Amino acid sequence: MLAQQLANGVLLGATYALFALGFTLMFGVLRVINLTYGFYFSAGAFMALYLTRLGGLGIWTALALAAVATGLLAVALDWVLLTRLRRKGAPELASLMVTLGAVLALYAGMTTFLGPDIQRLPPGLLGTDALVIAGLRVTEAQLLILVTTGVLVAALLLLIRGTRLGLGIRAMAERPDTAGLMGIDTGRIAALVSFLSGCLAGAGGVLIGLNFNAIQPYMGEAMMLRGFVVIIVGGLGDIRGALIAGLLLGVIEVLTAGYVASGMKEAVAFAILVGVLWTRPSGLFGRAVVRRA
Amino acid sequence: MSLLRTAGLTRRFAGLTAVDQVDLAVAEGTIHAVIGPNGAGKTTLFNLISGLVPPSDGSIHFAGQDISQLPVHRRAGLGMARTFQNIRIFASMTVLENVLTGLHARLDGGLGAVILRLPGFRRAERHAVARAREVLELVGLADQAENRAAALPYGDQRRLEIARALASSPRLVLLDEPAAGMNPAETDALKALVRRIRDAGTTVLLVEHDMGFVMDLSDRITVLNFGRRIFEGTPIEVRQETTVIEAYLGHKVAERLARRAAAS
Amino acid sequence: MPAWLDDFLWTYQNVVYALGINGLLALSMYVVLAVGQLSLGQAAFMGLGAYSSALMTLKLHWPFFVVLPASCVVPVMFALAIGVPTLRLSGVYLAIATIGLGEVLRAAYLNIDYVGGALGLSGIPERANFWMIYGLLAAAILILWLVGRSGIGRAMEALREDENAAQVMGINIGAYRMGALLASAVLAGLAGALSAHVSSFIGPNEYGFEPAVTILSFALLGGIGTPLAPVLGAWILTLLPELLRGFSDLRLVFNGLIIVLAVLFLPNGLLGWRMRRRAA
Repeated sequence: MLAQQLANGVLLGATYALFALGFTLMFGVLRVINLTYGFYFSAGAFMALYLTRLGGLGIWTALALAAVATGLLAVALDWVLLTRLRRKGAPELASLMVTLGAVLALYAGMTTFLGPDIQRLPPGLLGTDALVIAGLRVTEAQLLILVTTGVLVAALLLLIRGTRLGLGIRAMAERPDTAGLMGIDTGRIAALVSFLSGCLAGAGGVLIGLNFNAIQPYMGEAMMLRGFVVIIVGGLGDIRGALIAGLLLGVIEVLTAGYVASGMKEAVAFAILVGVLWTRPSGLFGRAVVRRA
Repeated sequence: MSLLRTAGLTRRFAGLTAVDQVDLAVAEGTIHAVIGPNGAGKTTLFNLISGLVPPSDGSIHFAGQDISQLPVHRRAGLGMARTFQNIRIFASMTVLENVLTGLHARLDGGLGAVILRLPGFRRAERHAVARAREVLELVGLADQAENRAAALPYGDQRRLEIARALASSPRLVLLDEPAAGMNPAETDALKALVRRIRDAGTTVLLVEHDMGFVMDLSDRITVLNFGRRIFEGTPIEVRQETTVIEAYLGHKVAERLARRAAAS
Repeated sequence: MPAWLDDFLWTYQNVVYALGINGLLALSMYVVLAVGQLSLGQAAFMGLGAYSSALMTLKLHWPFFVVLPASCVVPVMFALAIGVPTLRLSGVYLAIATIGLGEVLRAAYLNIDYVGGALGLSGIPERANFWMIYGLLAAAILILWLVGRSGIGRAMEALREDENAAQVMGINIGAYRMGALLASAVLAGLAGALSAHVSSFIGPNEYGFEPAVTILSFALLGGIGTPLAPVLGAWILTLLPELLRGFSDLRLVFNGLIIVLAVLFLPNGLLGWRMRRRAA
């Protein structure tokens, strides 16, 4: 039924938006294409896996802990990889390359130590009954996803628009040199943005792991393609664009799987990416600056 | 006849009009300067003329041709060259190689000729090297030809950039603050060089803050402020336009020039 | 061919082939890095070359001397589809689009039965050989070397250093970028076809993210001063897992670390070779 598909699509899209949000935040504020982001996604999922399986924690707790832990991991890794480049004012491609190398090493390391097989969250974390809201079937997992995404996004927007810290973030996004001169501690802001992005990615990983009940080391990599589509369609660095593009992509993907063929999902996403590059590379709202300097 | 002419040239960035309806006419065979306080739009004007930035409005004509929408790399082929405010030589190449890149517009050999090392290619390379050495001779860097560009002292790097711009025998060369960071001796040498360039048939359009330099060299001066053209004339006229002097050249310079005028 | 060479090749043939193929892939990365852009599509282009050539041999029964050049067609088409719109955009877009390409193609190969799905294509006859691979590699190195020592090579270096200054000199940045990307697609496509026709089997998981990043590590290890440098990087990184057995599990980790170290500390490549380019 179409309405059901749309609902599923919106829920999937919410996770895509969540994922892309952290990614676009890193680019918008720090001018960094951070590909280790995909790794944080997998890391969050695995952390929740071990917390629930070995620690016996409930899903909400595990989610929160995994998100925070991933955030801290992100701060550490980003500091190691990116500080030097940021201080030298290196071009964006440099951060892309260094995080690319790092993520390969990290994924491979994770596969070696945790095994390449798909693992599943322990059963019984959530009620298996589906609720029926306005005629649409919604599982408890999906409800969790929706609520968490909503809360995280709202919190992020509130932080950015409503607090002094957020003002510092926005200042740094616009003019990093001036922000530094105005007494804004750019190192602290960078760490904070890393933390937030890591949290968002980690949370996203848990949620997707829940949604599809499949967790494996390279899951972040498949997400990266969706992430790329979302941030380019939405506009690099554009938060509102990432949100809307994420939702749209989720819906389109579910509809494609349902009405065309499941195997065509990636192809459709990529076709959208290429289409946007040809027609409107500055994104949905046309705010991304795309031309070479 | 104007070699370079802009009409109503405008460039807007979000919230700022950097260049506002500027009309500029540079006569062939002259040295034409553009002056104005910091932020007046001078470098943006240069970027518009060389094509690194597209105009928001207005037009640019070079040698009678409308180049307003012409891509950057095509303007070199028409005979336009430029230097940059913050020296942008190719640091890892040698001095000679830097000048050779300046000849790129004149050198275009097909891929086939390059790979097969056809005689046409070899000849073109020989001529290019000869021409490059000639230009290095002109700016006084001939003995540095094999050195890495990054190893050169500041003043020499500036001269290298000028050499690179002159390599292709352009009709017009845009010099963006060529005297910046130079001591008086270097500045005098530069003045002589710019005159030699003009005398050899190349038109010079320059942006400079050193007022003595500008006044001594230029045939004509355009004054910009806040992106608008506020005055244009010969050095003598500009010197006597008191509002220009006081407001944009500064009080001290005004005094110095007045003293000079009284002495001569 | 002398007997000892024959024996040697027979025993180590996979490694020897891999060295040649990876050499071509390293050159495919070299050409784009040499003009100052970053494409990660080499593995994807290789896959397109491998699959299209295998299909031409298996289903269309074309002779190899037709199949080999024809294997460049599909990679070039994809290179145009991605390259043209990203020419005027920041380099980040090309990098992202090419990473995505590999992922998309992998999903496509898995899902399309005509190309064998998850099982891939097997039974590909051995139509390529040592001489073809190394002959092509040597020719490519020679051509790129000749090009490097010319006005074109200077233009490429200028673009690497300072795009705007280079354009002002009359260097058509768009043409160079597109040319490099197409050359990259051709080299990788040929590598794919050759590789498919020396190993009788190709599968959907061989041309994805890991090989793509590994190819980058070849070029960053060796540097891009001369065309020989990235090939050397490829050979080192291909031989190391063979020579150090316990190493091969951590091969990918090592490749990733090489990239991190190279970008952070040694932007000229760990081997630090630099083109000593004298004008003709």
